[in-house]
Amino acid sequence: MPLVKGGKIVEDSFVKLDVDAPLPAAGDILVPGDRFLKDADALLARPGKVGVIWPNNRDIDALVPYLGKLAAVALVFPTFRDGRAYSQSRLLRERHDYRGELRATGQVLRDQFVFMLRAGFDSFEVKKQADAEAFTQTVKRYSVFYQPTGDGRITALHRRMQLRHSEGVGT
Amino acid sequence: MYAYDEIDRTLVNERVSEFRDQVKRRLSGELTEDEFKILRLQNGVYLQLHAYMFRVAIPYGTLSSEQLRRLAHIARRYDRGYGHFTTRQNIQFNWIKLAELPDALADLAEVGIHAMQTSGNNMRNVTSDQWAGVAPGEIEDPRIWSELLRQHTTLHPEFSFLPRKFKIAITASDHDRAAIKIHDIGLRLVKNEKGETGFEVLVGGGLGRTPFIAKTIKHFVHGRDILSYVEAILRVYNQYGRRDNIYKARIKILVHELGIEKFSREVEEEWQHIRNSSLQIDDGVIEDIRSRFSYPAYEKLPHMPDELRQAAADSDFEAWRKNSVFPHKVQGYSIVTISLKPTGGPPGDATAEQMDALADLAEKYSFGEIRVGHEQNLALPHVAKRDLPALWKALDKLGLATPNVNLITDIIACPGLDYCSLANARSIPIAQELTRRFANHELANLIGRLHINISGCINACGHHHVGHIGILGVEKNGEEVYQITIGGRADENAALGSLIGPGVKFDEVADVIEDVVEAYLALRERPEELFIDTVKRLGVEPFKERVYATR
Repeated sequence: MPLVKGGKIVEDSFVKLDVDAPLPAAGDILVPGDRFLKDADALLARPGKVGVIWPNNRDIDALVPYLGKLAAVALVFPTFRDGRAYSQSRLLRERHDYRGELRATGQVLRDQFVFMLRAGFDSFEVKKQADAEAFTQTVKRYSVFYQPTGDGRITALHRRMQLRHSEGVGT
Repeated sequence: MYAYDEIDRTLVNERVSEFRDQVKRRLSGELTEDEFKILRLQNGVYLQLHAYMFRVAIPYGTLSSEQLRRLAHIARRYDRGYGHFTTRQNIQFNWIKLAELPDALADLAEVGIHAMQTSGNNMRNVTSDQWAGVAPGEIEDPRIWSELLRQHTTLHPEFSFLPRKFKIAITASDHDRAAIKIHDIGLRLVKNEKGETGFEVLVGGGLGRTPFIAKTIKHFVHGRDILSYVEAILRVYNQYGRRDNIYKARIKILVHELGIEKFSREVEEEWQHIRNSSLQIDDGVIEDIRSRFSYPAYEKLPHMPDELRQAAADSDFEAWRKNSVFPHKVQGYSIVTISLKPTGGPPGDATAEQMDALADLAEKYSFGEIRVGHEQNLALPHVAKRDLPALWKALDKLGLATPNVNLITDIIACPGLDYCSLANARSIPIAQELTRRFANHELANLIGRLHINISGCINACGHHHVGHIGILGVEKNGEEVYQITIGGRADENAALGSLIGPGVKFDEVADVIEDVVEAYLALRERPEELFIDTVKRLGVEPFKERVYATR
């Protein structure tokens, strides 16, 4: 499954570990939330980056104390119809000021890219190769946004106010 | 009228391009039907029994003549020459071809119409009072706020994949014509003691399998906070609404399971985090939206012009005037409701010719503006009283002057088994038969205000729970069976109807309804007591006894 990060298809430096898979001595790991919480200090002490795979049916509150030490949080879209992780990602970015990698996993298709970017995701495990390759094109689909989110894109309402203002200055 | 600016136009065009690409990928097989389904639903495209159905949004029920002509064009060019107005200020076309949909959307986009989020598990078309801006006694025009919410809910990055569909309705009048109490969020515009605009917020209304009347979650949310408050409700719902069972996924179930107190605490907590964010609206933003609504330059006209006095001799005109013409906030003007319920016709249908002609009439007599109401009728919102006789003649020629607004033949009905793949029973033929049974205008007038609502399945698109008389078609042992309820209403006193007895077969429905009406005529205290008030006074029992005594 291709990983898109920074707008490009890249190698994934993280290895995903199951609940009971042996811990590699070094290297970047992505571990399920439960396993991480049970053993957070030890996991964070080993060499290599640590990321957490957080399910979409659990409050992110339990993860919040560790956010500063995590290199990645992977949120889950079990199907693309299930939009809970959009709320989780906005909360992580906008309320808890999480600045590490925020990865969308699961059924990630190109038609969600713009929504995901706006909600704060910056890396994407894309289901289909063709969708991953179309990333740059796809995210240019929209230039107008009605809602303010943490991604900082200027909203239609504010753009209008700016236009009004600049017109006002001119007359 | 709200005029799109370049920003709105750009977004709608970008949406059309996106959908064109999605259709292309579906036709080439790049997208599976399962993947495409959600994408097409977000653009109002359903797969029905016979063909794709295309649902187009008419936000807060306001249309210009140019827009109505374009809807006629869609009916003619891409469909079978007619459209069907729904209970949520949408219009549906029933025979559209998938490959042509992007072109149809592009044609609509040219006049500022779209089909975004008219289906799917997202925030649906924001609806409002079809008399907004012209109703006497209205607090202020709710369409300004409806438009603000339309924009905010369009392609929302967090709430486009909710547990289930989500509907918002807004009213600013004491008499609720927008049925806000059967919506996921109902907003009632109010002023606080300082004279500031805000909203009473209701939540958790809805019909379907498990009907609920919405409950007030907050008595006053200031206008500047309305986006953050709505966002807080949605964030709670998006995270905690049930996704394990489609029949329990609406917000009404979450509100019911948590209880309104706990639910409102959750919302309040979330709201405190976001109320002082960029979601706060300043007056400039509201003024900007307001400035793009145009209002007619009304003339100073007499309350009773000569034309009206003269026409009063014509009893057909008078019957129509008394039935379909309503007071306007400006002296000398009226609001005219246009019945789309002709005798023997499917409720809510209009032909392309009717739409074109009505667009012309609106230009001539209503400042180029048409409204769509949830009762599946249209309205001309600014008709000078002196023009009423001429307008009536023109409407009559078009078959659009049936004087049955709010009467027993002004039936709300879903498309039912004639079109819909979810339906268990036919709705339209029941409505047609009832309009024939009660075609006599004197009889209908004698009965007075009486709303019949018909749904062809438990999903309740015909709002049968809140009909004064509700008819629900179900399937029993391979047969269509209809359950009859009475006492429901969708207005500010919204209530759910009660069953009056065992279900009846298709060809018995009209007889039973006649019996219900006869019972009412016998039971009412005086002619002015409406059906709904008699039911309220006496309960279901006396009706049940009379209707089922001989069955």
